[in-house]
Amino acid sequence: MRSLSRPTAVVAVAALLSHSVVPVAIAQEPLQAIGDGEGEVSIVAWPGYIERGETDKAYDWVTSFEAETGCKVTVKTAGTSDEMVALMNEGGFDLVTASGDASLRLIAGKTVQPINTALIPSWSKVDERLKAAPWHTVGGVHYGVPYQWGSNVLMYSTDVFPTPPTSWNVVFEPMDLPDGKPNQGRVQAFDGPIYIADAALYLMTHKPDLGIKDPYELTEAQYKEALTLLREQRKIVHRYWHDAFIQIDDFTNEGVVASSSWPFQVNILKSQGKPIASTVPAEGATGWADTTMMHADAPHPNCAYKWMEHSISPKVQGDLAAWFGSVPSNLEACTGNALLGEEGCKINGLDNFEKIRFWRTPVAKCATQEACVPYYKWVTDYIAVLGGR
Amino acid sequence: MASGLAAPTRPIGLRGRLSDLLLSRPGVLVLVLLAPPLLWLGVVFVGSLVALLAQSFFSIDEFTGLVVREFTLRTYGELFAPANFDIIRRSVLMAAAVTLASALLAFPIAWYAARYARGRLKAAFYLAVMLPLWSSYLVRIYAWKLILAKEGVVTYAAEATGLMPLVDAILAVPGLGGPSFSVSTYGTFIVFVYLWVPFMILPLQAALERVPRSVLEASADLGGDPRATFRHVVLPLALPGFAAGSIFTFSLTLGDYIVPQIVGTSTYYLGQVVYVQQGVAGNIPLAAAFSVVPIVIMGAYLMIARRMGAFDAM
Repeated sequence: MRSLSRPTAVVAVAALLSHSVVPVAIAQEPLQAIGDGEGEVSIVAWPGYIERGETDKAYDWVTSFEAETGCKVTVKTAGTSDEMVALMNEGGFDLVTASGDASLRLIAGKTVQPINTALIPSWSKVDERLKAAPWHTVGGVHYGVPYQWGSNVLMYSTDVFPTPPTSWNVVFEPMDLPDGKPNQGRVQAFDGPIYIADAALYLMTHKPDLGIKDPYELTEAQYKEALTLLREQRKIVHRYWHDAFIQIDDFTNEGVVASSSWPFQVNILKSQGKPIASTVPAEGATGWADTTMMHADAPHPNCAYKWMEHSISPKVQGDLAAWFGSVPSNLEACTGNALLGEEGCKINGLDNFEKIRFWRTPVAKCATQEACVPYYKWVTDYIAVLGGR
Repeated sequence: MASGLAAPTRPIGLRGRLSDLLLSRPGVLVLVLLAPPLLWLGVVFVGSLVALLAQSFFSIDEFTGLVVREFTLRTYGELFAPANFDIIRRSVLMAAAVTLASALLAFPIAWYAARYARGRLKAAFYLAVMLPLWSSYLVRIYAWKLILAKEGVVTYAAEATGLMPLVDAILAVPGLGGPSFSVSTYGTFIVFVYLWVPFMILPLQAALERVPRSVLEASADLGGDPRATFRHVVLPLALPGFAAGSIFTFSLTLGDYIVPQIVGTSTYYLGQVVYVQQGVAGNIPLAAAFSVVPIVIMGAYLMIARRMGAFDAM
């Protein structure tokens, strides 16, 4: 499942720093008409993103596509954004489900081609907020079809919090929780350097003097302040979670009552009847958004367009959102999907879009500041924080 | 009749010639037999090590984050930064503690198996020691996480027997404790010992089986009480077994990156840092420098172990 590799994915932003993007083709005009299918289409995707019912029979959005179009789908899964960029640079694939950081690298490297939205009938149904999102639209040109997005949430125990917590301070600062006991040893934090952005996001509200404009673009001084906050947090954290299933177990067996988490864990714990809920507090949250993009030299462009159309159909979008705990890019999926349920989109965070800072790779040359702390330093320093330094 | 003794009239085929060659020149035979494994060792094993070593002499550019392919010792210098050195010290201390505990646990078991167990009992003993190795390592670690959890078996047993204050006192020790056993250094230690103790028992048992009964009897005849016999006869003779077993327990603990991820305080150990630095951070030079650390430590360790005769008992 992708949820499991998401930590790696979220975190493994890195090679932006270490990879040089190899341009494999010059920009070209998008397709003007869809012809007959070529009989196959190959897709680079996150694990769990393209399911053909092999993991769970109920989750299958490939078989019907193959029957309808005659395009046989082959999927190459990739665990990190770096891997995706590397595979696409290698070539031979038609499509990729690229996340926020990979997508711009692919566009800059001319590895993906502009798409003709007129050839995708369902394009009109795509969530307005995603249609021209900056992670796939450059200079007014669309380089892909939004697939799904999701946010990190504050998961909490309803036994301890009769009303939803309104601030991330319950996991960042030592305090007594509503049940009268201290939060020390009962909260968790994410075990990935990208979590420094969560601390920065918290500081944006609580220490506005620092002048943080973007949690992924931190000056040396702002960055230091975020680390200080995280060092304080170290003293109250039970465990830094990393594996979704370990966190689920910790909320079940370890007396953990609040943590930064994904809708995936919330859904599983709820389905087990545990007193768990989630919220996006006032400070907002970090999150991710993925786009289906087409290779500049896609060997099967007609089938690729057919898949892009299929990928945003309500059925696929709804099933995927249910499977993954993410939010559809086609909002028609939110009603009448048996797997997702009527409340599914809302539970997965549909209304939180404005509050979400979609994740990117922190780079030295940043837009909002003069110079920023690059990602590889985040990694070293976060390890030090975990080690109590 | 003389013609019958003359050189064979049948022409020698290719196979025949080949066999003549191998027979008359043993060096060729050795070369043919050794070439594939040597190539494997040379190219795949040593080659990748050299590539790793080379990477560790590069560094990462502070500003762009790109790898600078110029010789420098700066990356090795970074190993001694307080946060990084903490990790090395933590890993080595854990490996040493696990080795010591495994040795203490393994000795009585190995002694019994080598001296007293016979026939079926002996087979049952082997089975019992090896049995955990038949199931998945991950499953066993997760099982331990549940056993050690705050609401797990250990806490339950402590509560039922009124030992909870003791458990709380143990968990309150700074540096080792935590909210529960499964999120404390104790937890990591217990799971490591559980995982690697069979690798200590087996070589130790092999060493103890080689101690002749007559030597023990001689010691007793000369007036040695059991304690003196143990200290002056059994222990020295078992030392190679300890050394061999400790190579396994020490190196396996040093390199493991799964256990501390699942059971423990979320602080990093050597294996995890290597994984994160190369996979996530793209800081391959530092990852390479970190992976040289266990190589150096194990190199020194093996040298000492060889002096102690560890390889005689393997």
